[in-house]
Amino acid sequence: MSTENKEVKNKSATAASVFDDVETTNKNLQSIGVEILPVHTGGTVHAKRIPGAFRTFKWWAASFWIILFVGPYLRWDGHQAILFDLPNRQFHIFGMTILPQDIWILAMILLFFALLLAASTAIAGRLWCGYFCFHTVWTDVYTWIEEKIEGQPNKRMKLDEEPMSLSKLKVKVPKHALWLLIGLATSFSFVAYFVDAFDLWQRLFTLDWGVTETTTVIALGLATYFFAGILREQVCIGFCPYARIQGAMYDTETVVPTYDKERGEPRGRMKRVKPGEEAPELGDCIDCNLCVAVCPTGVDIRYGQQFGCITCGLCIDACDSVMEKIKKPKGLIRYASLAEFAGKELPAIWKRPRVVVYSSIMTLAAVMILWGLTTMSPMDVKALHERAPLFVQMSDGNIQNKWTMKVVNKGNMPMKAEITVEGPEGMAFNVDKVLDIQPGNVGSTNLFVRIPRTQLKDVNTPIVIKVVDLNNPVVVEYYETTFIGPRVR
Amino acid sequence: MALHNPWPDEGNTGHIWDEDLRELDNPPPLWWMLSFYAGFIMIVFYALYYPTIPLTDNSGEFTKGMAGWTQVEEYHDDYTVLKDWRKAKFADKEEKLATMSVDEILKDEDMKSYAVATSKMLFGDYCAACHGAGGQGNPNFPVLADDDWLWGGKAAQIEATINNGRIGNMPAKGMMGNLTEQEIADVADYVIALSEGKGNDTTFAAGKAVYTKGMCMACHGPAGKPLAPAGAANLTDQVWRFSADRDEVINVITNGVNVKKNGVYLAGTKQAVMPAFKERLPNAEVNVKRLAVYVHALGGGQ
Repeated sequence: MSTENKEVKNKSATAASVFDDVETTNKNLQSIGVEILPVHTGGTVHAKRIPGAFRTFKWWAASFWIILFVGPYLRWDGHQAILFDLPNRQFHIFGMTILPQDIWILAMILLFFALLLAASTAIAGRLWCGYFCFHTVWTDVYTWIEEKIEGQPNKRMKLDEEPMSLSKLKVKVPKHALWLLIGLATSFSFVAYFVDAFDLWQRLFTLDWGVTETTTVIALGLATYFFAGILREQVCIGFCPYARIQGAMYDTETVVPTYDKERGEPRGRMKRVKPGEEAPELGDCIDCNLCVAVCPTGVDIRYGQQFGCITCGLCIDACDSVMEKIKKPKGLIRYASLAEFAGKELPAIWKRPRVVVYSSIMTLAAVMILWGLTTMSPMDVKALHERAPLFVQMSDGNIQNKWTMKVVNKGNMPMKAEITVEGPEGMAFNVDKVLDIQPGNVGSTNLFVRIPRTQLKDVNTPIVIKVVDLNNPVVVEYYETTFIGPRVR
Repeated sequence: MALHNPWPDEGNTGHIWDEDLRELDNPPPLWWMLSFYAGFIMIVFYALYYPTIPLTDNSGEFTKGMAGWTQVEEYHDDYTVLKDWRKAKFADKEEKLATMSVDEILKDEDMKSYAVATSKMLFGDYCAACHGAGGQGNPNFPVLADDDWLWGGKAAQIEATINNGRIGNMPAKGMMGNLTEQEIADVADYVIALSEGKGNDTTFAAGKAVYTKGMCMACHGPAGKPLAPAGAANLTDQVWRFSADRDEVINVITNGVNVKKNGVYLAGTKQAVMPAFKERLPNAEVNVKRLAVYVHALGGGQ
């Protein structure tokens, strides 16, 4: 595609365009259905919606978020498939139970997605912002509702200017009610990941919600309504930190929706030439402003890449539809990089340092996650050495150390943890009991280890505490620790 | 301030840099300004309602506010709630604790861990000053974490010790108070040898003879090991009540322990008194038991 474009570009440099068979006079444009739109500045951005490839893709990407609403109702083994049980400090994800001890995996997951964001941005701009970000998606749905209820942008703008009246209320109230409803459905679904969804529904009807649940659902619902309905593009422009750091992830090889200035300028429409004057050479942009009118953040892409642009591609749809009508090649606005416009060959993706670094960190995180999930032992052993006293002189000449043993059962079956100790000759140990630990619980006991003073060659003597689950002897954990004695004389 | 303003009508402030970089006079939105002013008004009510303004007379005083709210009071209220919650939650266990004997508690896994868990603070408040936070002892104060007990290491004996206190007694210069300095040095060497298992060496025959002459066996037993736990130290083991240092051993034998004349401690005598805690502890019937279990579990209970 790029070679083809270059050809076009080269030719357009000499003539206004190679496909100059359509007259771009206002009158003719009107007759083939190209609107010349005014640019609105200030006030709410009311973006026009037109069909196109990117529009379709946006809907597909947005449908990803349906998972949010469906997720809480999935079941697994009789309990909620995805449940972040904060009061009991357990995360259930399908068959897996993650306890706070394994929370480092969550950090790896976050790292993975943070780098995925960076890598995708380095390759093709703000893919997240344009297609997947919940704010973009919710705003998209909200404005779609607005269009269905209030009509096209010009109608909406007129309505906004009208004084409040009964007929205006008739239009506005249902819209806001619907927005609120979606907001509350969103927050409800969110909360349902932390409390059992069916239980939440049941207690909704018996008015039995707790303070936390009620305030979270209401606050989050109102926030969704306020952000997606009222603030819209202001969030992307004024609040979102990601918009501010994206510049650091872009480079000249990043492809983003870009206006082909060389081909498009000078923009304008054909005018009747007065006798004796030469017809001005025009670029392919007929300055119809459709690309501005469809932009959900209200930017003019023809000024180049700017922080308001969330790279959603809707201006590409718009421009392509116009190019089709005036029989010019599509792609006056297209996904392209600065390097491409400078006439440079794009290097292969795996040769770009930025991409290589980002994706190798991603791979590392992914490997860590996999390693963590596959080797996750159902048992976690902590041995806390008594500090006061570090050791005790016993009457028979032995030195005694004390440990508080904590054994966590991270599995789904009850555990019978037996504690034994391996150490130097003459060592004896004494454990209060074999620990019976229910799933998700911690068993705790005292461990006393005695070593004859004559056996101690140093202040520190390494010993190994071994914990075996008698119910499932495959589960063994070794805990290496240090036996502390008096200074050797 | 630029002399030439090419944009006179756009409402800029007249500050123009780099030819076209100019400062516009855009007021913040109304809702923003309203919340800004509302913040000011709120401060007034806040200042009236809560303690706010420090007084300038260096007294450390401040305006108290109409609500009478204080941080400490809020803390106490919260703490009361927590205490009540604990009381309610563990009421049945506390009741059970009152009816059980220490031996029964030790056998009941659940009650034992409850007793141990709830004793830590009590031990810190009442015991740790002498015996150390972990029962590790202090110079001249016995270690509770070892298995050497002057008054018995069984749970019931520990309970009795905490309840009634203990006062050990060791006469100065032997039972009759007639040992000479040389004899004391000899017996000190013998006693140190005893703990090292060398008591029968002929080297220490003199000290052994003094041990008999001073009637040390009356309390410490014929072979240095008391026949029953009654406060006398076991001289054959490796745990020392006071110190293994020879000078210190001589000092103890010379001046004794808790030796009084006319109700006054003699100079140099070791003062070793364990007070009776049934009068000192709050809710002593239950708390003494709790502590006995805790001490028993420190590492040396029998």
